[in-house]
Amino acid sequence: MENLIISTLGQGLLWSLLAIGVFITFRVLDIADLTVEGSFPLGAAISVTLVVAGVNPIISILAAAVGGMLAGVVTGLVHTKLKIPALLAGILTMIALYSVNLHVMGKANVSLLRMDTVYTYLEAMNISATWALAIVGLLVAFLSGLFLFWFFGTEIGAAIRATGVNPQMIRAQGVNTDTMIVLGLLLSNAFVAVAGALVAQGNGYADVGMGVGTIVIGLASVIIGEVLFGTRSFVKSLTAVVLGSVVYRIVIAIVLYLGMPPNDLKLFTAVLVAIALSLPTLKAKWQSR
Amino acid sequence: MLEVKQIVKTFFKGTVNEKVALHGVDLRLESGDFATVIGGNGAGKSTLLNSIAGVFPIDSGSIHINDTDITKMPEYKRAAFIGRVFQDPMLGTAGNMQIEENLLLALRRGKRMGLKWAFVPKERELFRERLSLLGLGLEDRLTARMGLLSGGQRQSITLLMATMLRPELLLLDEHTAALDPKTAENVLTLTDKLVKEHNLTTLMITHNMRDALRFGNRLIMMNNGRIIFDVRGEEKKKLTVQDLLERFEVAGDTISDRMMLGT
Repeated sequence: MENLIISTLGQGLLWSLLAIGVFITFRVLDIADLTVEGSFPLGAAISVTLVVAGVNPIISILAAAVGGMLAGVVTGLVHTKLKIPALLAGILTMIALYSVNLHVMGKANVSLLRMDTVYTYLEAMNISATWALAIVGLLVAFLSGLFLFWFFGTEIGAAIRATGVNPQMIRAQGVNTDTMIVLGLLLSNAFVAVAGALVAQGNGYADVGMGVGTIVIGLASVIIGEVLFGTRSFVKSLTAVVLGSVVYRIVIAIVLYLGMPPNDLKLFTAVLVAIALSLPTLKAKWQSR
Repeated sequence: MLEVKQIVKTFFKGTVNEKVALHGVDLRLESGDFATVIGGNGAGKSTLLNSIAGVFPIDSGSIHINDTDITKMPEYKRAAFIGRVFQDPMLGTAGNMQIEENLLLALRRGKRMGLKWAFVPKERELFRERLSLLGLGLEDRLTARMGLLSGGQRQSITLLMATMLRPELLLLDEHTAALDPKTAENVLTLTDKLVKEHNLTTLMITHNMRDALRFGNRLIMMNNGRIIFDVRGEEKKKLTVQDLLERFEVAGDTISDRMMLGT
């Protein structure tokens, strides 16, 4: 039982990087960016391939971040320069990344048989695999939160936030909103790719199909966090997203424990997100009666 | 100083809906000129302002501010010279951000933004001082979200933001049209005060003929994409609403109910 709790917590914290990435686009930039479905496995593919080739696992994660940034920039440029709607731009990059990911790995699935990962470092210190996951998760979630708190408090960070809220206003202050959108997408997909890398190292393999449904998982975490923990300030929103990711994993663990077939997980998540997203509308309808 | 030469703007070019919104407009504002712009619907007032602000490219002609050619400059770069207040009070500020966050972005208008921490204690003092000028008690609510404020409060802050760094040109696009009469009067008084205080070159569109006569040292009347009347100084002071109405009739313009209500 203790193992189950710790592993659920660990998974929630690791996947919180994905939730943070989705938060940056969906909430800060006000864009539904589907690139994540491609940049998550991209991060996994880059990291696992490099580790198999003998590269230090931490460096492989940094490489994954760079890959994610590139993916974000591609979506950003397709959206801002070619004027393709953001949703479609993300879908195009996501589809293109499927081929890219196959090229990176050379095949559809690469496993990390007995290779060193960020977790085996901890395991070498007599820490169990479950705890190693949780510790790494806690560390990256904390560092990411700290970084984003700083970043969105800088001039550029404030300009990116304003771009998502009111592009006309921030253009009138002399900010190139196109650049801000590209920057935001870059940052978001870097986080998502790192999430992919960390999850892949934890699972011991990267699979070209592992990105399916990540956008919905990210959205679920963001919305659960907002509903449960509030959005009164930027720091609160950020914390809420990380906690939302943990709560999402707890919910999943509970429904699986109660006997829901794992195959129905994605259906369950999709329904959960649909309900959460429609809550404000449903509430308004209910009150107007 | 603003110099607009022979600017032409056509909307929906090459379609059945093609409409020439500006037929070669010439306009020169001297430094410190405060010009009010009136005209009926579709006269080209907003098109003129948006052309100067760079919201869309113009077909031909040129726009200079203090000898800098800004004709081809993108909107965000022109912001270094221009302060703007929009008709919709929601457009001038970021509703989801704090008052001080909005103000500090305005304090960096037209400057390169970097990875410097945006919040400087010294600037907070400046914000408090500026906000206290409004007399709305907002100086104690720096961290309140903009979205919590009323339209008039937001429009007043937008005005502060547009003039936070002295702009070479201030563009006001019917900035009191969406406010109730009393609030509109307060915002207009504030506008006049700020323009005088900083000696700002200003272009203010209004649908209210009385306001057009009361404020500024110059009055411009537009009709059908052209400037048809341009008076300044003493001559403007003598002008009455009746004079303006006659001008409109000569131009064959229909006076909208909105303008009549504003007399």
